[in-house]
Amino acid sequence: MSDTVLASVSLARAFGPMVEGEAVLSEEGFSPRYDLDRWTGYITKPGHKLEGTNIKDKICFFPTAKGGIAAGWAFNDIKGKGIAPKAFLFGVTNPVMVQGAVLANIVISEGWSQDPRQVFRTGDWVRVDPARRVVELLRRTG
Amino acid sequence: MLAGAEGEAVQRAVAYQIEVGRFFGAERLVPVTNAHMMGDIEVLGDTGLAFLQEMQALGARARIPITTNARCIDFAWANKLGQDPGECAKEKQVIGALQGMNVLTTDTCINYQTLYQPHLGERVAWGDTGTCIYANGVFGARTNFESGPAALASAITGRTPAYGFHLDEHRRGSFVVDLSGATLADLADWGAVGKLVGESHQSYYAVPVFTGFRRTPLADELKQLGCALASYGSMGMFHMVGVTPEARTLEDALCGSVATAVERVAVDDAAIDTVYRGYSLGAGDARLVVFSGPQLSLFEMKQLSLLFAGRTVARGTSCFVTASNGVISASRKLGYLAPLEAAGVIVLEGVCFYILQNLSVMREKNGWQNMVSNSAKIVNIIGAHRFNTILRRSADCVEIACTGRLT
Repeated sequence: MSDTVLASVSLARAFGPMVEGEAVLSEEGFSPRYDLDRWTGYITKPGHKLEGTNIKDKICFFPTAKGGIAAGWAFNDIKGKGIAPKAFLFGVTNPVMVQGAVLANIVISEGWSQDPRQVFRTGDWVRVDPARRVVELLRRTG
Repeated sequence: MLAGAEGEAVQRAVAYQIEVGRFFGAERLVPVTNAHMMGDIEVLGDTGLAFLQEMQALGARARIPITTNARCIDFAWANKLGQDPGECAKEKQVIGALQGMNVLTTDTCINYQTLYQPHLGERVAWGDTGTCIYANGVFGARTNFESGPAALASAITGRTPAYGFHLDEHRRGSFVVDLSGATLADLADWGAVGKLVGESHQSYYAVPVFTGFRRTPLADELKQLGCALASYGSMGMFHMVGVTPEARTLEDALCGSVATAVERVAVDDAAIDTVYRGYSLGAGDARLVVFSGPQLSLFEMKQLSLLFAGRTVARGTSCFVTASNGVISASRKLGYLAPLEAAGVIVLEGVCFYILQNLSVMREKNGWQNMVSNSAKIVNIIGAHRFNTILRRSADCVEIACTGRLT
């Protein structure tokens, strides 16, 4: 906790343990069934803004959730396979994403105090603290 | 329950529900009468199977009726489709574990048409998303999107956290969609409306209020609309004035007077035509046509049977239909199945095409690039398997299947 915090964004709701990792920011929403190859961790939906990105161990920022009932089991499945991200931070989510993240004990949040794309860049090292409902920039990429 | 008086399985289930409810600020759990869950090996994986077996071993048992959604393997077709024998064996273990917990393995994603129709205000715990939006919108029942573990937990405890669409405040219409300029003659047109409205208003809590449609929509039409809204917009509720039970009037749907500031959009025939024109034909092949996602009703089976009568699926093209055991059984009895099978259509039971085990491998092995369907939902949802997808009207899909020509 002694790290210098370069910037932060508050979260409206959050669940899970405190985690640190590399940020991946998406302009497009996310569904583990529509968009993700659940055997490799790559986003494979043709045309997705993050197509070709692997989300393993990442802190993922998605503006919205898509669909989809599959997340309830899928998050637990990808965690079991060792390809889960460390956190899903949504602008707007749906219950399925939360139900799945709670089952898998993966950090999840909804709602931002400001657009994270104005604060963080993909590749930045960030910390998410659900108890304090905050995501903090610790190291700037590049 | 939380103290463990009813056993560890109940304790775990209710603790999980409380954690989910806490995220959404739920103040209490409410009783539910019925649950519907997704649980198949394609989405569960080994971790999920182990979870189910552990819960069964702990004595988990559904205390209310709970049914299962479509699964990923039709065992009669598994070998022919090249599905993995090891995964087939695991799927049987999934079914065994669920049945051991008093789950009815009905394997249908249209429970709202074929199994159970809750009444106005009845609280249920349903997933997939198409079942949820139909329950809320068309029946006026109350449910959130309940994923597999959440629906199972609800069946084990008989309760669900009261947030989202269990609360009046979230059931209010949030914008108005005028359909007076839309003909909507085909099921795919309804899906196109769902795509247009869903994509442009992506939010679980966005509740469209449809007005201006000039005849009574059929259940299959509302099914396609709801599935597309849920798929493209992640929406869990809609109203249709004069049709759905919480929208006797526009004011009723908006829970008060109609504010001049309320957002109004229109979807007409021109907008729907734009949807069809928006699909890339990719490599131009037409080797896969799918009627699935959601499963077909008996009425859709009858329509397809008429369209395929006397025709044959083109050489090199595969055409799939998926339906429940009950619908297939009735279709056989009524003579709707024979014309499909004679045409070379593959009718799969109890599955949905987009969740088929080994689908990516199947796609590569068969050289499928384009997938053509009359379901806007499956056109959206199958992307992770790297299909180029194309939405077409039902009769056009049949024509494409039988000529091998993409139009």
